[in-house]
Amino acid sequence: MSEITPERVAHLAMLARIALTDDEIEKLTGELGAIVDSVAKVQEVATPEVAATSHPIPLTGGMRPDVPGQTLTTEQALAGAPDHDGSRFRVTAILGEEQ
Amino acid sequence: MAKAELMDFDKALELFEPVLGFEVHVELSTQTKMFSDAPNPAFGGHEITEPNTAITPVCLGLPGSLPVVNETAVRYSISLGLALGCQIAPTSRFARKNYFYPDLAKNYQISQYDEPIAFEGMLEVELEDGTLVQVPIERAHMEEDAGKLTHVGGSTGRIQGAEYSLVDYNRAGVPLVEIVTKPIYGAEHRAPELAKAYVSTIRDIVRALGISEARMERGNLRCDANVSLRPRGQAALGTRTETKNVNSLRSVERAVRYEIQRQAAILAKGGTITQETRHWHEDTGATSPGRPKSDADDYRYFPEPDLLPVAPTPQLIAELRVALPEAPAARRRRLKEEWGFSDLEFRDVVNSGLLVEVTDTVAAGASPQQARKWWTGEIARIANAQNAEPAALISPAHVAEIVALVESGSLNDRLARQVVEGVIAGEGSPADVVSARGLEVVSDDGALIAAVDAALAQQPDVLEKIRDGKVQAAGAVIGAVMKAMGGKADAARVRELVLERAAQ
Repeated sequence: MSEITPERVAHLAMLARIALTDDEIEKLTGELGAIVDSVAKVQEVATPEVAATSHPIPLTGGMRPDVPGQTLTTEQALAGAPDHDGSRFRVTAILGEEQ
Repeated sequence: MAKAELMDFDKALELFEPVLGFEVHVELSTQTKMFSDAPNPAFGGHEITEPNTAITPVCLGLPGSLPVVNETAVRYSISLGLALGCQIAPTSRFARKNYFYPDLAKNYQISQYDEPIAFEGMLEVELEDGTLVQVPIERAHMEEDAGKLTHVGGSTGRIQGAEYSLVDYNRAGVPLVEIVTKPIYGAEHRAPELAKAYVSTIRDIVRALGISEARMERGNLRCDANVSLRPRGQAALGTRTETKNVNSLRSVERAVRYEIQRQAAILAKGGTITQETRHWHEDTGATSPGRPKSDADDYRYFPEPDLLPVAPTPQLIAELRVALPEAPAARRRRLKEEWGFSDLEFRDVVNSGLLVEVTDTVAAGASPQQARKWWTGEIARIANAQNAEPAALISPAHVAEIVALVESGSLNDRLARQVVEGVIAGEGSPADVVSARGLEVVSDDGALIAAVDAALAQQPDVLEKIRDGKVQAAGAVIGAVMKAMGGKADAARVRELVLERAAQ
């Protein structure tokens, strides 16, 4: 049985800042439930012999030396900004706080 | 909560046991950021003043950009983990912490979650009277700092009233290590003191390692203090609050004390504590509620697919372990002996958080006693008056220079205090201040002798007494001479001259 409930979908929507109607919540509860159930099937075949992994290839490292490189100019940095004050990005005041 | 509503601290401790926990963020002073080769504003040598000039596409999370781990940041993190007595994970992983707030453009912060680089440590912290407390460390993990928001418009200037916000991403991606303690029990009435000592110890460690500028007033070192209370005899922990924005050692101590008193007052009236973050206000000395604390689930952590696991070799860990500086407590014992300080003198330095400054000043050539005297005296006094950290006001090299000027006789203590004041006011080096303000003592005997003779002539009764062998009477003449010289004379030399001239 799926762990996905309408309450959970509504909560996730809030976290993702997506406004959902009740109909959409109901529809997504079913769809997300089906996805979670499918993924859960993997659990059935998981064995203790195989370690959980987040990456298909067992690589580690891939680090870079601590040497400064090229930075963007202010113009480049702000080029894609919907709004700015010439040096900083301007965003809607958002109710919330730094994490 | 108004001051009057707080419960008396001793009373609070009678009824409740405080349990502490700390999350300390340390900005590493690498040359570049954690995942990008943008210059790191937390590196001491970089002067970055203009917004959005120390950024690359990675800092902005632009499409197609990929993070690459800074090797030096990893080394620094391992060193810090080792210094905290932690085990270093053979492989550790980065994770995405998802949240929507414009301080990071990606909508997630790259952090570490269930596989931190360092875990299970123990840090020895020394309290003011020399008591040693073992603070259990849960973990130390690597992550990136967020950008800086400035809220504009609105009546209060606070976010609730703001019309829009301006974002500077220079700080986004600065390498951080977050050090998380386990719950700390048994601090009792010394909980506020332990809080300060703990953060101070971390500061000493990261400075000794040379991995952070560790300037609290600049946000290089930030402390979130968790406080909960449980009624005496109760096993279950109470609900905790997390006080953020505590950016000086003194504030850490005050914030913990305040939260104990505030929570005790609420609990004693039968109320409940809301689990939330709270903000510390330096000006009012109080905390105010912030957002309700999110559950870890709400961040939807998952392994960062763009980065490989970090797997330091045993050789690297061994190499970094060998290179560790002395543990702070051992180092303190050694320095106390080397400097020949009394218990009281040494504690005075440590408790003022000035050990590093005094050490550096001694290294710059000053005598330990002189270094101690200036840092814990005049400089601490000015810092206190300005509500600043002494280290932020003047450099050890400058203090050593002033001490040298005093010892060579170019300055007396009174003039030296003016030089300290001038340096702190930003008038340049001690030499600059001496010449700009004309503060050098008058070492020209001719001028001094003229002043001495004039003073003796004005006080013939004193002259008689001195001639009769009542040497202590000379004080009045010395005072008159010092006044005549505008304080710019070496009092010891004036005394010699007074006695010499009186005898003629």
